[in-house]
Amino acid sequence: MSKLGTLGHKLHRGEVSYDFVGKRKIWYGISILITITAIIGLAVNGLKEGIEFSGGAVFTTPKTSLSVSDVQNKISGDTAGHDATVQKLGTGSVRIQVSGISTDASKEAQTKIAQSLNMPKDKVDAEIVGPSWGKEISQKALEGLVIFLVLVVIYLAIAFEWRMAVAALVALLHDLTITTGVYALVGFEVTPGTVIGLLTILGYSLYDTVVVFDGLKEASKDITKQNKFTFSDVANRSLNSTLVRSINTTVVALLPVAALLFIGGGILGAGMLNDIALALFVGLTAGAYSSIFIATPIVADLKEREPQLKSLRKRVLAKRASDAAKGDDPRATEAAGDERDREVPDDEDAATATAGVVGQRSQGTAAGRPARNQPPGRGNRSRNRPSGKRR
Amino acid sequence: MAAAKKGRRSSGSQGYPGRALAVILIALVALTGGIFISGQKTPRLGIDLAGGVSITLQAKANQGNAVNKANMNTAVDIINRRVNGLGVSEAEVQTQGSKNIIVNIPKGTNADQAEKQVGTTAQLYFRQVLAEVDGKPAKPAATPTPSGTTTPKPTGSATPKSTATPKSTATPSKSATPQGRAVTDALKSSTGKAPTPSPTAPTPAAPTTPATGGTPTADTSIPAALQAKADKLDCTNANQRAEAVANNKANEKVVACGQVNGAWAKYLLGPSLIDGKRVSSANAAFDTQQGNGWVVNLSFDSAGAKQFTSVTGNLASQQTPYNQFAIDLDGDVQSAPRVSSALTGGSAQISGSFTQQSAEDLANVLKYGSLPLAFDIQDKTTVSAALGGEQLRGGLIAGAVGLALVVLYLVAYYRGLSLVALASLMVSAVLTYTLMCLLGSAIGFALNLPAVCGAIVAIGITADSFIVFFERIRDELREGRSLQPAVARGWPRARRTILVSDFVSFLAAAVLFVVSVGKVQGFAFTLGLTTLLDVAVVFLFTKPLMTILARRPFFAQGHKWSGLNPESLGVRRAPLRSVRRKPSETKEA
Repeated sequence: MSKLGTLGHKLHRGEVSYDFVGKRKIWYGISILITITAIIGLAVNGLKEGIEFSGGAVFTTPKTSLSVSDVQNKISGDTAGHDATVQKLGTGSVRIQVSGISTDASKEAQTKIAQSLNMPKDKVDAEIVGPSWGKEISQKALEGLVIFLVLVVIYLAIAFEWRMAVAALVALLHDLTITTGVYALVGFEVTPGTVIGLLTILGYSLYDTVVVFDGLKEASKDITKQNKFTFSDVANRSLNSTLVRSINTTVVALLPVAALLFIGGGILGAGMLNDIALALFVGLTAGAYSSIFIATPIVADLKEREPQLKSLRKRVLAKRASDAAKGDDPRATEAAGDERDREVPDDEDAATATAGVVGQRSQGTAAGRPARNQPPGRGNRSRNRPSGKRR
Repeated sequence: MAAAKKGRRSSGSQGYPGRALAVILIALVALTGGIFISGQKTPRLGIDLAGGVSITLQAKANQGNAVNKANMNTAVDIINRRVNGLGVSEAEVQTQGSKNIIVNIPKGTNADQAEKQVGTTAQLYFRQVLAEVDGKPAKPAATPTPSGTTTPKPTGSATPKSTATPKSTATPSKSATPQGRAVTDALKSSTGKAPTPSPTAPTPAAPTTPATGGTPTADTSIPAALQAKADKLDCTNANQRAEAVANNKANEKVVACGQVNGAWAKYLLGPSLIDGKRVSSANAAFDTQQGNGWVVNLSFDSAGAKQFTSVTGNLASQQTPYNQFAIDLDGDVQSAPRVSSALTGGSAQISGSFTQQSAEDLANVLKYGSLPLAFDIQDKTTVSAALGGEQLRGGLIAGAVGLALVVLYLVAYYRGLSLVALASLMVSAVLTYTLMCLLGSAIGFALNLPAVCGAIVAIGITADSFIVFFERIRDELREGRSLQPAVARGWPRARRTILVSDFVSFLAAAVLFVVSVGKVQGFAFTLGLTTLLDVAVVFLFTKPLMTILARRPFFAQGHKWSGLNPESLGVRRAPLRSVRRKPSETKEA
């Protein structure tokens, strides 16, 4: 099967792992850099509001045989870089709406449109239109968001704990900032589609974070009952074991969006699809990234400040030091710690690094290693227990 | 290997996979049947995808409100809520120029109904009745006959329940129904008997009205100018009616018309006692108890409820006709029930000659408040899709390519297991599609481009549930279990993850749906729907299917193409000889 399957196995057993939590400073740094870029982009470029938010000008032409696409192509250069929405009316005339255009510019655009469409200028009617996305919609949406965020923080604080709620919120803000920043930098107009895209991302980002946290919660359940792993170790291992799921989900979610953005964009040029697809593409990527590289390390950082876990860390480090003194390599022990006691790594990859440890661990197991020395979350598992009893 | 344990672990937490599959199958058949029965075989598309009807409204000043930007914006907001009810119909409302409002409604919406919805001003006032007379203009020579106030009383009490067709009555929903109906009927019959009762009659009576102690209803005198206007008015003439009420103001005494049992009556009304703004909710209902047919029930907010109680208490202590209040909607008196006691409870009922449609329309219009301006419909024309056919085609091709890539990826990665994933996605897609079709006719749900994109992202979220489940199963396999126990043990863990994460999505959808308006509400609706479907599909389809497939040798024995082959998963040894081995047996190193 695919290499990912094998990789999945290795990740599951801890033979292969990436130290997400240990290297968190790098990822924090990268994220801060991207976020700052996004904020600068927002500050400098600002967001271009679409006609639905800011209103604009509407031009109504006399009856014409041109199709919507024809008109769109012909007038594409006439609107001073603003997006134009073209609709054909029942009377045969064409309605062209152009966003963010001032009264002066609208006169100019009127002339140009008339020229491009080969019509007399005074036959093209120009008027200013107001926004269809009223202030009320934005205001109520904002109210809803605030209420939702408060509720979701409360929920996460109860279902998980407040640290995870905080981390999820940070990750969420991170994703939203980056997405809007990219929007500002690319210079696409913000349409209702964009807003809906952002809301979709908001949902997805939290969803993804919660899935990852669920694994983390499970893995760190009995963390204080052992002294082999710090919280960061456990967090890292839980990340690695859910990594395949994260990759798969992200790929499945991103493929259609990417197709819309790149293929759709390739066929259509900058079109209505592009702005939504871009928001979704950036947001989904950021959402998947932040769950792993930002949210979980933040939880680890916060957790390690707990007195209980601080003392755990001390115990673990002390134990590792003493193990090291005995000639054991603590890192290798950690890597092997994920395995079932009965399992013996026979992978080439693992063999080299853990050869020395394996023998020892196996013996330890055979000798009936106390449960509290087993990896947390799996320590109490008994293979003999009938299915379904466990959680 | 696993065969030895077959069946033992598949009970218990496994439940009855067949039943769940049957449930979802029935749902699929029912929904598919539903779209064929309803004839709505495609979802309604938004304006951006399918075009629709564009209505241009022109504002005119109303009730002393000038046509200015603030009033126009308020009007846009209110119209938006009226046409977008649940936020799913994807109508667009915007100002054009300084005094026009454009309303774009997607194809397939009942444009005539929408026209009524957007055009109704819906200024609702509760006023005291000062006089009620026949709808024809008063004859110039008519001499005042003081019958206006006195005749109704005896007739009213004499025929409280004898009338069979109480058409135009408003019954404060509390208890006053029989009285209210009786009075209007009585008045009707009285006006019938005396064709030219003079509206001036109440004037002399006014000073002698029982003292009501500084209440707003105390002044029942009728100004001469208003009387003159009322005399001239012919309520049977629609133009005259509209003209007469065009400049009615809330805080003044006015003349208005209303239909009583199909005939027009003329009312002289006091200043507004309660404003329609105090209405917090309204809904249409069929009144079976009192035979009023379709009615509109109103609930007041707390301030409105207090006003209503005190006003009705006040009116109840007065003589006829002053103990009637008129429900004045855009200058039309809907009904004018008599009050016999103070009405508490903060709700009222408007009855009249409503059909179901008109009652629902009125309730909808009242719910979202009145427009600050009156509007004339200036133009109504069809508009094409804003998204050109080529763009749409390009988008669809791109979407299809994306989906094909997803299928390829799933097949490459999950092999045989991808059948479960793809079947689940198919079920989910069919459920979503049929529901959207049905909702199109049921609540006016329209699918626009952002919603389509949202549905594409939903593929990811739906697939995630399977992926979480599959990875759990594989984890269990990696730990050396055979497939059936792996499914049984992987499920509770996957289930929790799925429920916890879907709950967050559903919370977002629920909060946004309740709080927000317009397109955001529409988005919340779609999100909530796809989230619920995700849970339903995983619980009722994916899991049972997996349980059943786990019994098949192809999967259970970890065939190379099953996606569950332990070797492919990286487990080098034959997965298990027995799940119940003692740990020491596994030692091979």
